[in-house]
Amino acid sequence: MLSQAPTLADFGHDTWWVIIIKVLAAFVFGVVMTLLGVWFERRMIGWMQVRPGPNRAGPFGLLQTLADGLKMAFKEDLRPRGSDRLVFLIAPCISAVCALTALAVIPFGPIVSIFGERTPLQVTDVPVAVLVLLAVSALSVYGVVLGGWASGSPYPLLGGLRASAQMISYEVTMGLAVVTVFMLAGSMSTSEIVAAQASNPELSIGGATLAVPGWYVLLLLPTFVIFAISAVGETNRLPFDLPEAESELVAGFMTEYSSLKFALFMLSEYIHMVVASAVITTLFLAGWRAPWPVSVWDGANQGWWPLLWFMGKVVLVMFVFVWLRATLPRLRYDQFMRLGWKVLIPLALGWVLVLGGTRVAQVSDLSRSEQLWLGGAVAAVLLLAVLFWPARRQPSRPSPAEQVAARPPGSFPLPPLDLQVPPSPQARRAVAAKRTAASGRSEAEPAVKRPLEGRAGTDPEGGEQDG
Amino acid sequence: MPGPEHYVALSALLFTIGAVGVLVRRNAIVLFMCIELMLNAANLALVTFARLHGDLNGQVMAFFVMVVAAAEVVVGLAIIMLIFRTRRSASVDDSNLLKY
Amino acid sequence: MTVADVLLLGLGAVAVGAGLCVVTTAHLVRAGLYLVVCLGALAGMFLVLTAELVAWVQVLIYVGAVVVLLLFAVMLTRAPIGASGDLDRPGWPGLLVGAGAGLGLAALFVDAYRWTSVSLPDGPDGPGSAGVLGGELFRSWVLPFEVLSVLLLAALVGAIIVSRPDVGASDRGAER
Repeated sequence: MLSQAPTLADFGHDTWWVIIIKVLAAFVFGVVMTLLGVWFERRMIGWMQVRPGPNRAGPFGLLQTLADGLKMAFKEDLRPRGSDRLVFLIAPCISAVCALTALAVIPFGPIVSIFGERTPLQVTDVPVAVLVLLAVSALSVYGVVLGGWASGSPYPLLGGLRASAQMISYEVTMGLAVVTVFMLAGSMSTSEIVAAQASNPELSIGGATLAVPGWYVLLLLPTFVIFAISAVGETNRLPFDLPEAESELVAGFMTEYSSLKFALFMLSEYIHMVVASAVITTLFLAGWRAPWPVSVWDGANQGWWPLLWFMGKVVLVMFVFVWLRATLPRLRYDQFMRLGWKVLIPLALGWVLVLGGTRVAQVSDLSRSEQLWLGGAVAAVLLLAVLFWPARRQPSRPSPAEQVAARPPGSFPLPPLDLQVPPSPQARRAVAAKRTAASGRSEAEPAVKRPLEGRAGTDPEGGEQDG
Repeated sequence: MPGPEHYVALSALLFTIGAVGVLVRRNAIVLFMCIELMLNAANLALVTFARLHGDLNGQVMAFFVMVVAAAEVVVGLAIIMLIFRTRRSASVDDSNLLKY
Repeated sequence: MTVADVLLLGLGAVAVGAGLCVVTTAHLVRAGLYLVVCLGALAGMFLVLTAELVAWVQVLIYVGAVVVLLLFAVMLTRAPIGASGDLDRPGWPGLLVGAGAGLGLAALFVDAYRWTSVSLPDGPDGPGSAGVLGGELFRSWVLPFEVLSVLLLAALVGAIIVSRPDVGASDRGAER
């Protein structure tokens, strides 16, 4: 069964038409997944918001994205007068090309035979394939930044600036997170990382050994969480879609774009999502390998079946992306940066240290009890450090009354800050009139009207409701 | 088969372009770009010699050059931003207060 | 003409052309874009020289981070669309010094090779793979590596302190 899994030596021997077929297939995969992905996202969000979603064009609304694309192609192609003509044109192209290039190193399946040619279901693989993925996603910043700058108007520029800061920050997090994957797999090539997840490492707990599945989502759970969060940040999806935040920046870097250029940006955004899902699948969900109940069947990892498992996992991860979008509100920019730099990067660094320490302890000739003592000592030191960490003294915020008192003379008049709206003069007059009437009547019939008088006397709002 | 002299010639050419750029440009950020050009020319020479000798020391040095370049850009951009905030200009010819 | 010849010619022409454009263009942002093209061509040349890891790290760090930071700074300071006229200073002395440096390099180069041709060793699998390079880095270059990490940390802290007006100000306030 493992002989089906490609190694690095299997790449680079294809005939030319197999290469063309594979490249075309990867391209078509990206575009079709975009078409279906937009539909999937809209249907899913519709389902979560208890409404049907697009359901008119084609069966279940499947052709909706196609119709939208056609509509975009026939729209007028506008270009703002103050824009940079050349850069304005190439920015969406950079975006789309970078997004599509990443699909080249994604392993879709094991070695199959295409018209008699045995070839791995992957366009190409290099020893540093994950580095290629990171590099290509770093290049896609250019599309956003240049698009924002070349539009020549403030909102797109702000969006572009945000995008560059965001993508650089989360690039760092992503790079630090995948280091642990390299450590465990011993390789940076995507096909070998998938192969490394096929083995079932034995875990001994109290004498009993049991084989755990080798998926890195289980073995490297913190890495998976950090990587997934930074992948959402890297793809500019909600809750991290700050570069295009509709309510703040209209549409960020896309504001001035229209027609096919806008369509290219949308295409690259969704291909980014597909690529991010595929990368998460490859690095953490064992790529095209069959999940547990299916993997009992011997033929599950052979031939064309793995394509099915791969697609299933990709759709699952995409569903999580959509779920996040439907659930979470957008973060503020400073919160987002704080999350990246002060939470995720230290976490990733610490996790690399922990894993490295574990690996060193495993290969060193320490006995079991010595290892436990060492680990316990490190944990104790960490605990003490956390306990005696100098807590940041929160500067006490002045109360609203103090803030108002501290305002310089001649400031604007302020509405009441405690949100107790005084009754309008009209209502006050009505209450006063009612009170006099009630007190006049209370002299005549004190026993009956006593409750009304009490209400009107203590509760002016109650009197207002009556009026 | 191109020999190492072609690569080294290219490296020297790029270095000269970068040096001339540093001397004739005025905007501090473009100066940085020219410095990056010079550093990369040096990198090309290092990698070529690593290939020539068949060992990796040249490539390791190229790595170190990249790290130093990153550190240099970080500090340099911070300084440029500070100057821009106080003087509203990123031109190196405008930062001449110490002259007087 | 072998493949390596064609690649060297093509990538070299692209790199030199883009480098010239960086130095001569009057568009601020386009200078950064030409720099990206030049660095990309150099990365391709590293690939030809079988320095695979260095090539991709070049794309990842230089093209993906350093130049983006430069563009970021360009946009934060002043990013006019179109040509800006005050980018060059009247640079005859500069040009002379630069050309002198170039001539010196060329002289050194001629002297070093005397037009003898050394052919590069031909290996199917070059030495630049990640595992080998990592081994080299952590065996014989460990100390410089650690020193560089301290340098990076110092640069990080320094950049934060330089760019945050409140940090220095509070210290000065405490001294007073």
